[in-house]
Amino acid sequence: MSFLFIQFLNGLASASSLFLVASGLSIIFGVSRIVNFAHGSFYMLGAYMAFTLVHKLSGGTIFGFWGGVVLAAAAVAVVGALVEMILLRRIYQAPELLQLLATFGLVLIVQDLVLTIWGPEDLLGPRAPGLRGAIDIFGQSFPQYDFVLIILGPVVLGLLWLLFHRTRWGTLIRAATQDREMVAALGVNQSWLFTSVFTLGAFLAGLGGAVQLPREAVNHVMDLQIITEAFVIVVIGGLGSVLGAFLAAVIIGELNAFGILIFPQLTLVLTFLVMAVILVVRPWGLLGKPEGVVRGGAGAERPIKPLSPTGRNATVALLVALLALPMISGNYGLSVASEVLIYTLFAASLHFMMGTGGMVSFGHAAYFGLGSYGAALTVKYFGVPMLAALVAGPAVAGIAALVFGWFCVRLSGVYLAMLTLAFAQIAYAVVFQWSSFTGGDNGLIGIWPAPWAASPTAFYYLSLLLCGGGIVAVRRITFAPFGYTLRACRDSALRADSIGIDLARHRWYGFTLAGFFAGIAGSLYAFLKGSVFPDTISIATSVDALVMVLLGGVQTLAGPIVGAATYKILHVSISSYTDQWRTALGVIIIVLVVAFPMGIVGFIQNRLLRSGRVEDAA
Amino acid sequence: MKLEAHNLNAFYGRAQILFDVGLKADTGEVVALIGRNGAGKSTTFKSLVGLVTARTGQLVFNGTDISGLPVHDIVRLGLGYVPEDRRIFTDLTVEENLDVGTQPARAGAPSWTKERLFELFPNLAGMRNRGAGRMSGGEQQMLTIARSLMGNPSLIMLDEPSEGLAPKIVEDMANAILTMKDQGLAVLISEQNLHFAKMISDRAYIIEKGRICFDGTMAELSNNDEVRNTYLAV
Ligand SMILES: Nc1ncnc2c1ncn2[C@@H]1O[C@H](COP(=O)(O)OP(=O)(O)OP(=O)(O)O)[C@@H](O)[C@H]1O
Ligand SMILES: [Mg+2]
Repeated sequence: MSFLFIQFLNGLASASSLFLVASGLSIIFGVSRIVNFAHGSFYMLGAYMAFTLVHKLSGGTIFGFWGGVVLAAAAVAVVGALVEMILLRRIYQAPELLQLLATFGLVLIVQDLVLTIWGPEDLLGPRAPGLRGAIDIFGQSFPQYDFVLIILGPVVLGLLWLLFHRTRWGTLIRAATQDREMVAALGVNQSWLFTSVFTLGAFLAGLGGAVQLPREAVNHVMDLQIITEAFVIVVIGGLGSVLGAFLAAVIIGELNAFGILIFPQLTLVLTFLVMAVILVVRPWGLLGKPEGVVRGGAGAERPIKPLSPTGRNATVALLVALLALPMISGNYGLSVASEVLIYTLFAASLHFMMGTGGMVSFGHAAYFGLGSYGAALTVKYFGVPMLAALVAGPAVAGIAALVFGWFCVRLSGVYLAMLTLAFAQIAYAVVFQWSSFTGGDNGLIGIWPAPWAASPTAFYYLSLLLCGGGIVAVRRITFAPFGYTLRACRDSALRADSIGIDLARHRWYGFTLAGFFAGIAGSLYAFLKGSVFPDTISIATSVDALVMVLLGGVQTLAGPIVGAATYKILHVSISSYTDQWRTALGVIIIVLVVAFPMGIVGFIQNRLLRSGRVEDAA
Repeated sequence: MKLEAHNLNAFYGRAQILFDVGLKADTGEVVALIGRNGAGKSTTFKSLVGLVTARTGQLVFNGTDISGLPVHDIVRLGLGYVPEDRRIFTDLTVEENLDVGTQPARAGAPSWTKERLFELFPNLAGMRNRGAGRMSGGEQQMLTIARSLMGNPSLIMLDEPSEGLAPKIVEDMANAILTMKDQGLAVLISEQNLHFAKMISDRAYIIEKGRICFDGTMAELSNNDEVRNTYLAV
């Protein structure tokens, strides 16, 4: 009994830190509509800065410790303000997803920065002076410091409430969360409002990281860990709701504390299962409101058109060039080319879901990765030939998409995206933790292609056939009646509903198809690499896919092809020049987003349209 | 002249909506912009206040060229804007809605306090702390006007202020607008409803398909059957 109570307190203590991060994320989203991927980076920076500052200031005094913690949070706030003023301010008019992409660029840059300044080793912070001891509760001891954390959460909640309800600034923020354009039309300078909100959000994240110092080692993968959890909390609580974030943080904190007793291996799965259930019951989170029409967003989308003669000629030329590639390229070049082809199909499948289906996925890696594992596992356990595995992989991915999709298509917008992320993380957790079956962290190795496809040239042609075929099939579906219906659902859910289209069912099929095609790409990838690792299902892979689609442009069919090629080639070439490939990639992503808010292909189309030379090139 | 627009052209994407619109409004007068559904009334107002940025032409407010300024700067010069769909902050209370609109007092413009606004719109006085989401349409219309007045504008643009109001409330609204005029505000309203415009306006413009096709006093418009029948026939 007393043990359970201690566990309960543990849950509350970790909830506090989660709440600090999630509330900042939620406030920022409420006002600016930016899903700030870099929020986890702020948290991590807070922890690292606190590590340094506490050492510099402390000498073991109480003032030194807390002074260091607060200074660290303030330093992160300054970083946040600079980020808003230098970067985000330029892209408020860009589509939401590109903003997300730009903040992901920041994640990459901060990762390299942290590695450069603090090195790759985990850092252990000092315990808090005056709070080093433990308190005796029903015969169990509980750290004093954790008590302070338990109190910190509600205190911050109260302070935020006062800030939002008792100051003019807070009133403006609440008004802007509802209709920021109208706030401007009443004479309020929005840029100032946005900067201050972002600064506050960054401060909270920095503080959340800094107070973790005595509890856990500071390391350079904290950012993506916490951002996933913070996303989950914000979504469960309801986007933009601070109280909701608090409730959700307590739920998740407790779930982790008790889940570890029941399913020590599967706490992550438990978290996401709870989220999935809550979202199906309450699609806008516990205290969220249905997403209205967001005022002042980007303009109408240009419809996707079939290939024009110019586009057709370009496609034929590209195909000829691809067929001829083995004559001029060495083995290394061919394997890079195969990889680019695989990623192109992967991107095209996500593009189908996003562009045609209007469903944004943050977790498309699930289907790519399950395709890989599906293929690898059938080879490993049933010894089937490569071709059979290339059928099994996509089937596994398709079935997973069928199951996950059933839940996801009931939601829309950011909530849908978060749920896809949740399912991807469940898949990741299962693969990672079920090591007796999947090899866990060590992955599965020795998944080589059949002898006839073993040479780089043969495998390249196989990739070209399957990926090219896949892309053509995706296009065909886009222009088939099913594709038109799907786009009708995307453009006007209400109208499609009223003319008797079963919205959820069409979106569900679309979701499943997208998963299936990603699975083809994943299966090929397993044979290309000769191995599979949990990485293929990780957030990083999902983001890769998003980056490729967004780089190319969502509203053009050529987009994913151009985007995937650009991204993969950049990736390969940058990593061969510098260790700091993340920084380089991050900078490139940000520059591209700022320069081409419509994606590369969208940009070219706009140029052509404006100069009036071509009706439609893609 | 308080506000002067010349050769105002406005665009949504590649579609041109306004064509060489010209209009003026001065202190102490109510000017009506009259036109049918889709004629371009709201677009004209939005272009003036800077919500539609794809626009060309000379826009001079209070002697300042406002054509390149962002919305909040234009509003801070004293140009108040009340949208036709009201856009009340329903998550806030009535009083908080007024707080959002509050700007410092301005020389050359009547200055308002919450108390004075509750006198102007007595209906609001009893619901200071009520959530603005729980108000009738007419109350919301009054709140949205009061909210803009809190910015102490020297000119206020009201987009279809009588739309959807009960006859009794329409009368209150007309009186409130006349009070604003007497306080020394320039008032620019848009209307489809000639009857309401007649009650309060000194001058009128008729807009049709994005072009101004009549410009004169309200009396001239009332006497000109041809114009009325061509542009305003129901
Ligand atoms: N956001 C928009 N994008 C594209 N076209 C628009 C947009 N808003 C209005 N329009 C078009 O511009 C034209 C003028 O619209 P506007 O709203 O200015 O008319 P209005 O005179 O205010 O009409 P109403 O009496 O119905 O309010 C209409 O043809 C309308 O279809
Ligand atoms: Mg209108």
